[in-house]
Amino acid sequence: MGDHADIDRQVKTYIVIFITLMALTFVTVAISRIHLPTPAAIGLALAVASVKGGLVAGYFMHLISERKLIWWVLWFTISCFVAVLLLPVVTHLDPIQN
Amino acid sequence: MDVPIPYTVAERPDTGLNNGKIAIWLFLASEVMLFGALFASYIMLRIGATTWPRGDTILNVPLATVNTVVLISSSVTMVMAWASLKRNDFGKFRLFQALTVVAGFVFLIIKYFEYSAKFHHGLLPSTNTFLAIYFTLTGLHGLHVIGGMAINGYLWGPGAKLWKTDPEHFTNRVENSGLFWHFVDLVWIFLFPVLYLL
Repeated sequence: MGDHADIDRQVKTYIVIFITLMALTFVTVAISRIHLPTPAAIGLALAVASVKGGLVAGYFMHLISERKLIWWVLWFTISCFVAVLLLPVVTHLDPIQN
Repeated sequence: MDVPIPYTVAERPDTGLNNGKIAIWLFLASEVMLFGALFASYIMLRIGATTWPRGDTILNVPLATVNTVVLISSSVTMVMAWASLKRNDFGKFRLFQALTVVAGFVFLIIKYFEYSAKFHHGLLPSTNTFLAIYFTLTGLHGLHVIGGMAINGYLWGPGAKLWKTDPEHFTNRVENSGLFWHFVDLVWIFLFPVLYLL
């Protein structure tokens, strides 16, 4: 187990991350209120969501201090995840279908 | 004769991790693909549709914003519950763990009001493609919230007995259930803008 001083430092970090996540939540809502063109709105909203997700994964899930094996599992999973997300886009751009 | 399960606390020499940690991450990897497939379905349906409503014209953004705040807060209480165990403060653990479960309840109650309003106005999964994918994604996410609450509730109540006999093992269990709970929060962080705001 980590010593108490180390945990106390981590707790302070959790509080900072919490405040940042709250602020970013309201930024996300604010972005949707300014009615940007759809591609820009999607890009910005997903960028903010990615930052928030990164903070949760990195600090609350302790990924920043996690072992390499976990990182390898995640990189493989994320590669498959991105491939799955790109499938509809590739299908949409298919010149034969279109 | 009781044979203890190996590597519940000690790290395996080959992975450098205890079994619970590697197991929960592999499970979360499968969960990423489950939600990934549904997100891909959402993209497919959206780019294939001739018209697609903005989420905020149909859904209740203020309620969803409150739910986002609730879920993010519950992630903090979850990690504070784990940190309390690391500080050997079992009383604080009970408090933060209870707050996490209560936040899960609040999230579901708000979701119940959201769903009820939709059904009341005749907005069902069969109404249109947007609502079909909305109910599928949020329904599956809601089931994950219920699952997380069950595990967290167990560790708050009867499962907490392990703290007396093997505190490090119990702390690992709380960390692993926390990883699942944070994942549930992470999924919502993406669902919120995708469904409600865009």
